[in-house]
Amino acid sequence: MIILAVVVLVLCLWLVFMFNGLVKLRNQVANGFRQIDVQLKRRHDLIPNLVNSVKGEMKFESSTLEKVIQARAAAVNAGQAGNMNEILAKEGMLTQALGKLMALSENYPNLKANESVKILMEELTHTENQIGFARQFYNDIVTAFNTKQQVVPTNIFASMMGFAPAALFELPADSPEKEVPKVDLTV
Amino acid sequence: MNIYEQQANNRRMTWGIMLVFVVFFLFIGLGFDYFYLSFNPAKSPQYVWNSAGYYEAAVSSQPVPFGTIIALLLGFGMVLNSLFNGAAMVLRSTMARRAVSTDSKEQQYLNVVAEMAIAAGIQPPTAYIVPDPDLNAFATGISPSNSAIAITEGLLNTLNREELQGVVAHEMSHIKNYDIRLMTVTAALIGAVCLISDFAGRSTRFRSSSYSSSGRRSSGGRSKGGGAAVVIIYVVWLILMILAPFLSRLLAMAISRQREYLADASGSELTRNPLSLISALEKIRNAVMPTNAINNGVAHMCIADPRGSLIEEKLGFAADLLATHPPMEKRILALKVMAYQARDSR
Repeated sequence: MIILAVVVLVLCLWLVFMFNGLVKLRNQVANGFRQIDVQLKRRHDLIPNLVNSVKGEMKFESSTLEKVIQARAAAVNAGQAGNMNEILAKEGMLTQALGKLMALSENYPNLKANESVKILMEELTHTENQIGFARQFYNDIVTAFNTKQQVVPTNIFASMMGFAPAALFELPADSPEKEVPKVDLTV
Repeated sequence: MNIYEQQANNRRMTWGIMLVFVVFFLFIGLGFDYFYLSFNPAKSPQYVWNSAGYYEAAVSSQPVPFGTIIALLLGFGMVLNSLFNGAAMVLRSTMARRAVSTDSKEQQYLNVVAEMAIAAGIQPPTAYIVPDPDLNAFATGISPSNSAIAITEGLLNTLNREELQGVVAHEMSHIKNYDIRLMTVTAALIGAVCLISDFAGRSTRFRSSSYSSSGRRSSGGRSKGGGAAVVIIYVVWLILMILAPFLSRLLAMAISRQREYLADASGSELTRNPLSLISALEKIRNAVMPTNAINNGVAHMCIADPRGSLIEEKLGFAADLLATHPPMEKRILALKVMAYQARDSR
């Protein structure tokens, strides 16, 4: 009788600890996702400044600048609509457009010498890195959260207690970010 | 070991080290009291024939064990002091100043610190600059929410963005792993041991005559073997007391070396780019001049030994024992293995 009581007690304690651990991880996942969101907003605010300051010098690249502006508008719209896949796709396109702009700006010595453009470029690199690291951190936590749910014996109880695996922050399959950039070495 | 086990391990180690040092303090303090203030609770009482006609333990006023009390109070006081303003003291001793956003290079440094804080998932630490042309960096503080990272001006001007990221990630993982608290407490305890051993050593010189008299007094009634044992214990105590600062520093160095490998590894996990840290370490290694702004007390917190001595480069038992950091050679090799650029030689 006593043995049975002890076993039940231990089982209950284990369930409580498991539940609390999963809740903690789930909140961390939510927080990690908010962090990415903050950085994406930051990028949206930064782009108009950047485009304005390089517009004068880079008038021969107006199509690239146009693409950046359009991609930003699409990303902002997707963010307001709130569809996860849409956000991922549009933000991916924005990342690609910005990458192209940054690569092209290397060709303009005047731009590279310009102090305010240098500051903006550093700011852009910083934001892109922050998005990248926030995404990396989010994916690490999601992996920990999902692994904890899927290992034996937690997997028996996790779904019963209402836990579901969280989605990794992946780029969609047809994302332009996954394309290999074409490098033209002709002079 | 994952990050949480590492943190738990470090907390345990902090307590373990404090225990070792308490034993140290007790040993030095009690020895001092026994030999110089003739404090001896185990002494058998002297019986005297009193006026009422029976033997009674003489009311010998036991001296207060000042040595032990002072040693323990000093030790705990210094640890408490280091916990409350250790970080500020370290930063002041290196003449570090806050990084400002008006300078473009320092703005980049601030940005890199913010990025690595996001990657580590902690509050961004305060970023400081040490005015010194040598290449070095350190982290200090008590907890991730109350911490600081400092790099030298030389490092800021020499490294590119990627390499700076590698170095900051290394320091960030010291913060995240609670290495900074372990090291701050250890530094305070070493300071206390040095002070106490110095104090006791000086007292020995002045009170050596009273030792011989009290020693004769206490061993007077006992056999000759007891006296010899007291002398042997006295000699062992004296040697340990003189060696105490040295021994405690060896202990700290052993811990510091072990934490460096870990910080290299988890720093690369933050950037996912061991190559940037490798090239940063190569540059730091080539700048062998000593970091004058950083004194020896902070040596075990830095990314590379600030003394600039080449003891780091030697492989061997003596170097293993005396260096605060593992040899650069070994650290770079370990990182190259992580980057699949070298085969694991073990």
